Formats: sequence, C-alpha cells, structure tokens
Amino acid sequence: MNDNGYVLRVENLDVQYHTDAGTVYANSQVSFNLKPGERLGLVGESGSGKSTLALAILGMIKPPGRIGGGEIWLENTDLVKLPEEAIRQVRGRQVSMIPQGAMNSLNPVARIKDQLIDGMIDHELGLSRSEMNRMVREALEAVELDPQVAQMYPHELSGGMKQRACIAIAIAMNPKVIIADEPTSALDVVTQRQVMQTIGHLQAQLGSAVILIGHDMGLMAQFVDRIAVMYAGKLVELGSVKDTFTHPMHPYTQMLISSLPRLENKGTFNGIPGITPLLREIPTDCVFNSRCPQAIPICMQRVPKLLEHRPNQWAACHLYQSEEN
Amino acid sequence: MDRLQGVLRYIRRNPALGAGIGILLFLILFSVIGSFITNPQDAYPLAAPASKPPSAEFIFGTDGQGRDLFAVAVAGTWLTIRIGLIAGVIGVTIGTVLGFTSAFYGGWFDIVVRWVVDVLLTVPGLLVLIVIASSLGDKAVDINGMALIIAMLAWMGPTRTIRSQVLSMRERPYVMMARLNGMSGLSIIFRELIPNLLPYLGASLVGSTNGAIFASIGLAALGLGPLRDPTLGVTIYWVMNQGAFVRGMWWWAAVPISIIVLIFVMLFLISAGLDELANPRVRRTV
Amino acid sequence: MRYPPAFVLKRLILLLMIVWTAATLNFFIPKLTPRNPLREKLLEDASRGGYIPPGFNEMVQGYEKKFGLDQPVWKQYLTYMGDMARFDLGYSISNFPKTVGELIGEAIPWTIGLLTVTTALAFLIGTLLGALIAWSRSPSWLNYLVAPLLTLSAIPFYLLALILIYFVAFQWKLLPLGGGYSFGIVPSFSAAFIFDVMKHAILPALSIILASTGGWAIGMRGMMVTVQGEDYMTFAEAKGLKPRRLFFRYAVRNALLPQVTGLALSLSFIVSGSVLVELVFGFPGIGTLLARSVGQLDYFLIYGIVFIIIVAIGVAMFIMDMIYPLLDPRISYE
Repeated sequence: MNDNGYVLRVENLDVQYHTDAGTVYANSQVSFNLKPGERLGLVGESGSGKSTLALAILGMIKPPGRIGGGEIWLENTDLVKLPEEAIRQVRGRQVSMIPQGAMNSLNPVARIKDQLIDGMIDHELGLSRSEMNRMVREALEAVELDPQVAQMYPHELSGGMKQRACIAIAIAMNPKVIIADEPTSALDVVTQRQVMQTIGHLQAQLGSAVILIGHDMGLMAQFVDRIAVMYAGKLVELGSVKDTFTHPMHPYTQMLISSLPRLENKGTFNGIPGITPLLREIPTDCVFNSRCPQAIPICMQRVPKLLEHRPNQWAACHLYQSEEN
Repeated sequence: MDRLQGVLRYIRRNPALGAGIGILLFLILFSVIGSFITNPQDAYPLAAPASKPPSAEFIFGTDGQGRDLFAVAVAGTWLTIRIGLIAGVIGVTIGTVLGFTSAFYGGWFDIVVRWVVDVLLTVPGLLVLIVIASSLGDKAVDINGMALIIAMLAWMGPTRTIRSQVLSMRERPYVMMARLNGMSGLSIIFRELIPNLLPYLGASLVGSTNGAIFASIGLAALGLGPLRDPTLGVTIYWVMNQGAFVRGMWWWAAVPISIIVLIFVMLFLISAGLDELANPRVRRTV
Repeated sequence: MRYPPAFVLKRLILLLMIVWTAATLNFFIPKLTPRNPLREKLLEDASRGGYIPPGFNEMVQGYEKKFGLDQPVWKQYLTYMGDMARFDLGYSISNFPKTVGELIGEAIPWTIGLLTVTTALAFLIGTLLGALIAWSRSPSWLNYLVAPLLTLSAIPFYLLALILIYFVAFQWKLLPLGGGYSFGIVPSFSAAFIFDVMKHAILPALSIILASTGGWAIGMRGMMVTVQGEDYMTFAEAKGLKPRRLFFRYAVRNALLPQVTGLALSLSFIVSGSVLVELVFGFPGIGTLLARSVGQLDYFLIYGIVFIIIVAIGVAMFIMDMIYPLLDPRISYE
C-alpha cells in the first residue's frame, strides 16, 4: 500500500469541528509525505489548521472534532483506521510531540523522572527499573540537562530547561516522526536558538523525521529541508526551502516571504491585509481569493488543486494551472 | 420588548439562572397570593382544630397546636426570606466597603482585614450565633433582631470575594487604560469596577443570604431565637419537639421541608447562574 | 519534607488567633447581657424548692470570687484566658458536679467517629464521581447524575436527616429512629454492641454523606473541566499514556488540589451541619449535648462546647495545611 521510502504519508485528510455555531473545516484535502530523517516546516497563520493537522497525525482529534476522510500512513499502517488502543501504542513511541506551551506542558505535581518513565511503562517496553533509569539519564544528557533534573519538579526549572525536558520526553523512545508544535514560541531568542540546535542535533542522531510547526519564517529557513504552507485548512504550497524562498509560487507564500523584515527595506513593514477565514463550508472556489492581489476570474469558480508545477515544488493556485483548463 | 427577548434568549443559554429565578417568582407569588387568602392569625396556635391532615378546608393540614399549616407556609416563607435578605444585604454592604477599601488602600488595613476574615471564616458562624442567642435569651430578640445578629457574621465571605475581584480587576487592561487616561480613583470604581463586579456582588448576596437562612433555621431548630413567630425554622423545631413523626403527622414536616428545600435549591441555582454569567467560559455548574 | 518556617509560622499564628478569638468571644458575648446564669439557676431551683447538689454553692462562690464584679474586667479576662489555656472549662450547671470537660469527653468520640467517617466517605465518593462525570471518555449517561447531585448539595444536612427518618426509620422501620445504641444494651467491645451502634449510626451518617457528596462532586467536576484543558494533559496524551494513568495521575491528581483546600475551608460548615443532624437523631455526640445544654440554659457547657469545637476545627485545619505541601510541591515556594 505504501510508496516505499516514506515514513509518513498524509492523503486527502479532512478534519472537521462540529459546533453549535456550525461546522468548521479545519483541514481540507491535506496531502504530503515525509521521508525518514527529513525536516518539514509547516507554516501558516493562527487558525490555519497546523495544530489540527498535528493532532490528527497523533490520533488525538476529539469531539466535536472528527476526521472526515483521508488516510495517514505511518510506514505500512493507516493510523486513521487504527482502534484507540493501537493508536495509543503509536503515540509517544513512533510518533511523538514536542509541545507548544512548554511552560505548562509538564505535570506540575510529578518529578521529571516520573514523567519520562510513565510513558515507558505504558508502552510496555519490558524494561527493568534500572534500565528505565538509564534511559532517563541518557535522554536528559541528550538534551544537555543535568541528571539531577530527574529528581526535580517542573516549577524548579527555567523555561528553557522545561522545554528541554519536554524534548527529552519526546525523544526518549526513539520515535520515527517528531512533531514539534512551535517548540520555541515561549522562549527568548537566545534560548530559542539553543533549543533548536538541540532538536536538530538529536534528530540527525536518531534519524527521526521532524515536522516543525510555526510561523517564524526565519527559523524555518535555518532549520527545515522543505516547507509546507497552510492557509484556511488547506495546503497551498509545498517545496524545498530554497525554492520557496527564492521563487515562491502561491501569492500567499509570496506575501509571507515579502513580509519578512530585511535590512535593506528597514522601516517599511509589509503585513498581509485581511484575516484568515475559518472555513464554514466545503469551499467551491479558492480560499485565498478575497485577499489575493493576483486573483483571476477562475479563482472565484473552482478550487485549485495542489499540483507539482516545478520539479518538487507544489502549489494550489490557478495562476499556474490555467493551461490545463 | 427586544430587551425581554434578549433576556429570554440568555436564559436559554443559562438554564440554571432561569430555573432559579423561576422558583423565586413562584415563591413570591405563593406568599403574595397566599397573604390575600389567609388570615395571618391562622399561623398561630389554636387558630384551627389540631392535627388535621390535609383536606379541602386546610389544604396543608394543621399542626399539633392548631396552626393552619397553609398560613404558616405563607407567613414562614416570607419571614424566612426576609431574615435572609436583611442579613444578606447588610453582609454584602459591609463586605463591599471592606473589600474595596482593603484592596484599594492595602497596607496595614488590608492585612488586618485579611486576618480577621481568615479567622472568622474558620469559626462556625452557627456556633457563635448559638452563644449569642443563648446569652440573649428568647424574649430579647424579634425577627429583625435575629436578622441583625446573623448579619454580624455574614460579611466575611463577601469581603473576601470582593477584595480578590477588585485586586484582579485593578490589574486588567481596561482599568489601566482608564488610569492612564487620568480617570480619578472614584470614577474608576463607579464606571469601570462596579459594573464588572455586579455578577460577583449578586453571587455574594446570594451566598450570604443562603448562609443567613441556613443559620436562622438552624438556630430555630435548636430552639433559639423568637419561637413565637411562625418561621420555617420554628416549625421544624416544633416538628422535632412534638414528635410529629411518631404521631404520624407527615404533613407537619413535609410543608416546611419542601419550602426550605425549594429556597435552598433556588439560591443554589441563582448563584450557579450568576457564576456562569461572571465566567462564561468556565461552565462549571449546570 | 519542605516546610519553610515562614509557612508553618503563619499557619501556627492563624491557629492561635482562631483559638484566641473563640475564647474571647466566649468571654465577652455573655458579658453583653445582664444575665447571671449561676444566680438564675440558684433562684430557679430555690423557687421550685428543688434540690441543690452538694458543693454547688461553694462552686458558685468560687466562681464569683474568680470572675466577680469586684474584679476589673481585664483581670477577669486574664483569669479566664488562663483557664482556657489549661482547658479548664469549669463545671456544668445542670450536671453538677460533673465538669464541662468530662461531659465533652463523653460525647466527643461519637462526634469524631461520625464526622471523620462521613466526611472522608463523602469526599472520596463525591470527588471520584465528579471526576468521572467530567472525564471526556466517560459514558454520557453519567451526566444525568448532575441534577440530583446539585439538588442534594443544596439541601441542608438536617433536612435530609428528617426525610430519611420519616421514610427509613418510621415508615419502613428498617433502622432505629435515633440514639446511639439501644436501651438496655451495656456499652462494651462486643460484636453485638458494635453492630447495634452501627445500626444507629447508618442514618445520621447517610444524611451527612448524601448531602455533602453532591458538593464535592460538583466542585471536582468543575476543576476537572479546567484541568482537561491544560497543556500538560495534551502532552501527556501525546506521550501515549494509558487512559487510566491520564485520569488518575494527571487529571485527578491536579484537580484534587483545590478540593483539598475546599475541604479545609468547609470544615466549619460541615461541623455546623452535623451538630443539627445529631440533634435530629438524638445521636449521643457533641451536637446533641449542645442542644441539651441550650435547652437547660447550661451556659458553661454551651461555651465550653463551642470553644472545643472551634479549637478542634482550627487544629484540623492546621493539620490539613501541613498535609497540603505534600500534595503540591509548588506550595513551599509561594
């Protein structure tokens, strides 16, 4: 079933939230794949569906949310079809998460050591106490934390140390895929950089693939191999960092890149006018058309498909699609 | 008309508040209409034949001393709510003043208020009231005096609530803005703080009314305070004292118990509803 | 363990203040009225030509010497405080020559037994029930429990007691109407006596448990809703933890902290409520003793009981304050 060589393959994923106020289509027809050891950046504004996508891959979409369709292949298993107990076995061990809010992501009333070990116990690795203690020590060393941290409680750690502890938990069982959901957004710039270096270093060492979620394009440019851009629940562009930064295809990506501050145009600040809409119905046109400066008539009529317009550079935009129609 | 519709729409989202207000309206209607069709004297002994079960003539029956229990219910509902409201209003007024002063001026005053509140909240109010009421004896106080005594121990809860709310609101952006715009302390209190505190003031009032009613019924059940007036608590006292159950007079107990349960459920629902009004996100109760 | 001196000191001062307040109230409130309980009692007995127990007059004279009007108030106050500090609560007027201390000593084991068992059970059952109702993986029918729990939590203990007495004891005659044990049974550590005591304790216990379980459940339910929205719950789930561990070690463990604080704060409310429950059942604890002393105008007994109850609550709160840092590692750094 699986195209060999991919560790993760998401296909036509739909995630919806059903609320009293109506249905929100948080992910709509999202597809991408990930090679072992690859670093993929997932960018987009708040509410664009990045975190929903992360939760969907972890099998953690809860009512009122629901996976409406699509497949998520982790090597040879479709995670969407797995029963809850089986997907639990996957979480943390094969696909793990580095959380967004490091400040509150650790259980305030448990020692760091216990928060590392409880995952190992629940995954029934069949390890003895001393083996688990050794793994705790190794995980802490890997994230450059003092072994004494094991005995500490979260409130005794600084923000950067807490985030490192979270990373230690995420990598403790050598996962194949690590989803880092804005792992540094709560940290200061210096700590940010150190933490990203640690993640990069570990990822290379373990050979895990990483999905880095964020909206910091500068961070992305330094860290990832490929970038996926999301807008209103849809993937609008996917390509290598170099291609995306040098010649972005989708107008939204173009605007994102040009909104980055540069020294040469200091003082001017190019925002993107308008806000990301929440999708309240399945779109029949391009979701970006209301904010797009380059919109053409067909953008109001049809949904653009995500297609490979240049080698390894995909975009969902009618500007490049016109010749087919 | 639009306003009414808005209120009705809100109540649909906040059913606890709606149900609580519904019960309150029912109790008010009951005592108002009741007061027109009963003679207040029927709520006192020897007004009717004793120990009659509910019938067409005495729909709630009569008690062992010849009170018409319907008249007792009508008078008792009102008296009980009145004690609660008097004590509650006094408690909230004192609590608001103390809470505001304490939060706004801080310093020694704040420390003293905080300690006194902490200490007095630990002391069971009912017991202190027992000491007071038994020292005064039963002849010295009437219903209003009882309410005043209870009010002496009804202000700590409101003080604590208001103080902590004022402290947290003081730091909120809109108060900061008002300050930066040069609004004076008093106009900040009246224009920015009081409107936002209203749900908390309401909840405090309900809370101390609840405590006051609980205390008044408890004291009466122990035989303290004015035993002559037909309050619900006094009725409970006679039920226990005269062995209503042993005599098989279930209606004697059923009347005060049902009304008291209605009152407490009403107060609980309203406070839960006000809580929801103050923190819509929490959705703590119903 | 971690007990910063400042924390312990603050709690100790609070305890002392509570005890001092209780004693002071007991001293001054009676002074506000012109009544003299001892003279009243003497007059009353004399007017009835009744029997005055031997030594009673001497006791009255001793008392008046100690607290008499010839002494300045501050001196009386100091003497009184000295007595309180030694837990010398004086003589019971209506049960002379028994002391107040002796009478309380007889009654208090009943109350402590009833209160600790019922409070612990209600807290455990209510907390667990509330946690289950709020837990997102629980079956949805549990939500139907909310309305009855809310209603129960709004009803005072003693009203529930009256309702239970009527149906269970009077109508269906399943359990005794009241008292601590049956007439004619001699208290002993025999199985029969213990069984008899249990039978009498079921209804008082049930009314306290039923009425307070609701409150704990509602409080816990609210906290669980909040806790389930915390980041650490999401991260814990992403670790692939078993639902059981998520529930107990992460959600319940954290939601429990405010519940424990709540337990400390509601002790005085629980005690007030159970005083009245005891009265309803004639349970031979301190509540019934208090009601009797009120009926007999035995002032020293009333003041003594109130003082002891307040001290007991203060001590219980102090103990709970000392337990709390063991549950919440953050507390020592406040």
